[in-house]
Amino acid sequence: MKLVPTASQTVGPYFRIGLEYLCGSPESNGTTGTTVRGRVLDANREPVPDAMLELWYADPQGHFVAGSQGADRNGRVPGFARIATGDEGQFSFTVPRPGPVAFDKTRLQAPHIEVMVFARGLLRHLITRMYFPDEAANIADPVLQSIPGDRRATLMARRVSSSGESLEWNIVLQGEGETVFFAW
Amino acid sequence: MPTVPVVETAAPGTQPDFHFPPYVSSILRSPRKPLAMLPYTTSERTGPVFGHGIVAAHDNDLTAQHAGEPIGERILVHGRVLDEDGHPVRSALVEVWQANAAGRYHHRVDQHHAPLDPNFTGCGRMLTDGNGYYRFKSIKPGAYPWKNHHNAWRPAHIHFSLFGAGILSRLVTQMYFPGDPLQPFDPIFNSIADEAARNRLISKFDLAASEPDYALAFSFDIVLRGSMDTPFEAVPR
Repeated sequence: MKLVPTASQTVGPYFRIGLEYLCGSPESNGTTGTTVRGRVLDANREPVPDAMLELWYADPQGHFVAGSQGADRNGRVPGFARIATGDEGQFSFTVPRPGPVAFDKTRLQAPHIEVMVFARGLLRHLITRMYFPDEAANIADPVLQSIPGDRRATLMARRVSSSGESLEWNIVLQGEGETVFFAW
Repeated sequence: MPTVPVVETAAPGTQPDFHFPPYVSSILRSPRKPLAMLPYTTSERTGPVFGHGIVAAHDNDLTAQHAGEPIGERILVHGRVLDEDGHPVRSALVEVWQANAAGRYHHRVDQHHAPLDPNFTGCGRMLTDGNGYYRFKSIKPGAYPWKNHHNAWRPAHIHFSLFGAGILSRLVTQMYFPGDPLQPFDPIFNSIADEAARNRLISKFDLAASEPDYALAFSFDIVLRGSMDTPFEAVPR
């Protein structure tokens, strides 16, 4: 007999009281790598200034470190970041470029970041993925390729510099250009 | 293209709808296009492990974070964090935040005309022990008005955030109190269609766990998605 998972409720507008201590881009910890900037937008393309993102990503070798040794006193866990949006719905983070991650025993997934979105108005958090535009492995990524072609681009960050280490990726909660989210 | 293993979605009604118009903030912020099935790969099965480094000794005592004691009814909140098989989730990070006894949050956005309490921030965190057990001390939060509709009031609640074994187990929820007359009118609470699932967010008054002459206790068990029997080990490459 399985137990029913506890129901979700919105994180509400005041989550910073309890959750801000862990907020911050890995960037502030001296991380170098790929910088992603973007905004969280609602159905009217209005910014969402009270959203929170949580990121989960593999190391450059494609392994999830899973923080088995636990966080340090600043809450740093390799591969995890929590980021609150600013007044214009903006966010930015810098992460070491993740490596390709195992899909099954023989195949790999293209480098990507798991992204969870929490906000007032979201009774359940949203789960999505961000992919990197310059990765050749994207074309064979089983998850990316399972998304209908006309919406796949919403999971793909956009280059804003020739080096490819500065990217833009917006999260659109609803409407035109709505980001693909995963059901749970 | 290989088939992507996917996660079974929640039983109907046991989780809120993303789009629930009585909760006005959900109208423009919830996805309306079809959701994709959530993949079940290493990326979803794994998740951060926090450990004791980020939890200090008094982080589970919200009444002891300032020079004086906060105003309000002292409460003890405790319970177990379980997986879907009923097994304890050990070392789960539990983060909590709440309004003060007057129904005011220690947050710049909260303009409710009720007093702040200089001795209460309303933030706590802890790890579950080897039995999945957690416990914290606080004061009972007050109800407060909000702008969702005319004469809208949130029932008293405490926000919970939990990390289980992987990001599939991630949960943010709210705990309510038994006998609160505001619950039937609250669109956030009532966004969960299934009555039993909804009522499981209401803690139970726990006289036995109360401390005589000191504080009343409420118990609140939490079930995270997934099963600890499925180990989250690295998949060989």
